[in-house]
Amino acid sequence: MTTILETQQLVKRFAGLTATDKVSFSLQEGHIHALIGPNGAGKSTLIHQLCGNLLPTEGRIIFAGQDITRLAPAARVKLGLGRTFQVTSLLGEFTVRQNIAAAVQVRLGRNLRILDRMTARHDVWEEADELLGRSPLGKRADIVVDDLSHGERKQLELLVSLAGRPKVLLLDEPMAGLGHAESQDMIDVLRDLRGKVTILLVEHDVDAVFALADRISVLVYGRIIMTGNAEEIAASADVREAYLGNEDELC
Amino acid sequence: MRRIFLSFIVVACLAALPFVAPAIGQPALPSLVARVMIYAIAAASLNLALGAGGMVSFGHAAFFGIGNYVVGILYYHHAEGVPLFGFIPGTDQLLITLPVAILVSGLLALVIGALALRTGGVQFIMITLAFAQMLFAFFVSLKTYGGDDGIIVRNANTLFGIGLRDKTAVYFVILAVAVLYFLWLNRVLGSSFGTMLAGIRQNEKRMMSLGIEPFRYKLYAFVLSGMGAGLAGALMAVFMRFVSPDTLAWTKSGELMIMIILGGVGTFVGPILGAAAFTLLQTYLAGWTEHWQLVLGILLLVVVLGTKGGIQGLLARFRGSAA
Repeated sequence: MTTILETQQLVKRFAGLTATDKVSFSLQEGHIHALIGPNGAGKSTLIHQLCGNLLPTEGRIIFAGQDITRLAPAARVKLGLGRTFQVTSLLGEFTVRQNIAAAVQVRLGRNLRILDRMTARHDVWEEADELLGRSPLGKRADIVVDDLSHGERKQLELLVSLAGRPKVLLLDEPMAGLGHAESQDMIDVLRDLRGKVTILLVEHDVDAVFALADRISVLVYGRIIMTGNAEEIAASADVREAYLGNEDELC
Repeated sequence: MRRIFLSFIVVACLAALPFVAPAIGQPALPSLVARVMIYAIAAASLNLALGAGGMVSFGHAAFFGIGNYVVGILYYHHAEGVPLFGFIPGTDQLLITLPVAILVSGLLALVIGALALRTGGVQFIMITLAFAQMLFAFFVSLKTYGGDDGIIVRNANTLFGIGLRDKTAVYFVILAVAVLYFLWLNRVLGSSFGTMLAGIRQNEKRMMSLGIEPFRYKLYAFVLSGMGAGLAGALMAVFMRFVSPDTLAWTKSGELMIMIILGGVGTFVGPILGAAAFTLLQTYLAGWTEHWQLVLGILLLVVVLGTKGGIQGLLARFRGSAA
């Protein structure tokens, strides 16, 4: 196992508030690593720093042996750091197929050409169709995104980021707003990705996290209070107290 | 298929017009249509930035006007026999003036775009407007090139030895350029670049997270858009045989914007329909009342409030309800 993404003593302060407090964690290649924590624990702030939308106040982020702390978001994507958004962010007027094709197109490059024909870029469309073929969204390929259901958008969001063939995928609450059956589908899809893509999963749905994650880190008030596998986390009294409050059972 | 067929019919009708017009008692019609075609190029260019790229430029008169002035200034130095800046000879060859106009307006768009695109929203609108107004003030104060009065291009341009003073000759030149321009535009919108641009307009954040640097794409679109407007301005100078600072005024930017709103923002035929509607309305309403702008204003309100997506949107809905 090698470390593919790690943060070293990462600190992010907003006027008076320390949202990320000396966070050091490492993501092992091939793992699904979950990041859990109560609301306001600083999960989103951490994700934003990893993606490059926020610059950390202190500390370093190392991706595949390279310091990416100050790198622009687009440059990180090129290195292989993909992400999905908590609130789905897609191209609303394009169809499902076009959304995936756009992601493939960006990865393959040659996009400043003004006199080629998009319809003639068979490599792009073939790859998009292949991705779609393996997904339940395949039968919805020609539907415009604005007409998709919330669950379908969540699935498409994941497909789009996979189309960029990332080495590491940051998933920001992929289950948020999904019904039970949809969540189950998403868990199945993510389980299929195990070993193919390294995933950092930020998720509220504890069932999903325990079903998927190889390792779990618990973030409370900007600090990682514990990292371990599902049993260790479930057994920890600290986590229970900090994260689950005084409830008796995991919810 | 239907679209290609329809375009052929339109082009054929336009080609037949100079011969048919005198016969049906409308000898002025070809000149009017020539102006429509020129404005269609300008409006479609603005639409490339505004509709396809989501950049609301309120300064496209700068590019239209600079294209206009390139033809005028080159002609002036040709007629006077004095080289521009002492070393650039003037010319009246259309094959030189048009490319130079496109090049100069492209460079101008590169400068303006590189600065303006660092902002967005209202600031972008104001900065593009400010640049256009600066250029307007500059040319109005340039006494060499006529200042307020502009430049009269007495002998028009020539193409392959044919003088473009001849109304039919210049009509066909404009038609040919317009056809080539729209073929080109169609390719651009369907290209890899066009797809990325459409993506950026819909969701810039998404495209960034895919690994796209939106600035480069938007600037490229802005430059292409400026070049198209410059081409239209140059054609206008050749056609009118007159170069006017009015082509640089903010009202011209406004007119171009009104055209694409009338026709349908972000559509391919919208700017063409809008340019036609605006120019025809302007001509006929002005013949009817000097307060033609009042009528135009009301019509614009009706179009904006009453139709979804201008004339193009209205047509699409008629087609939809008929089918």
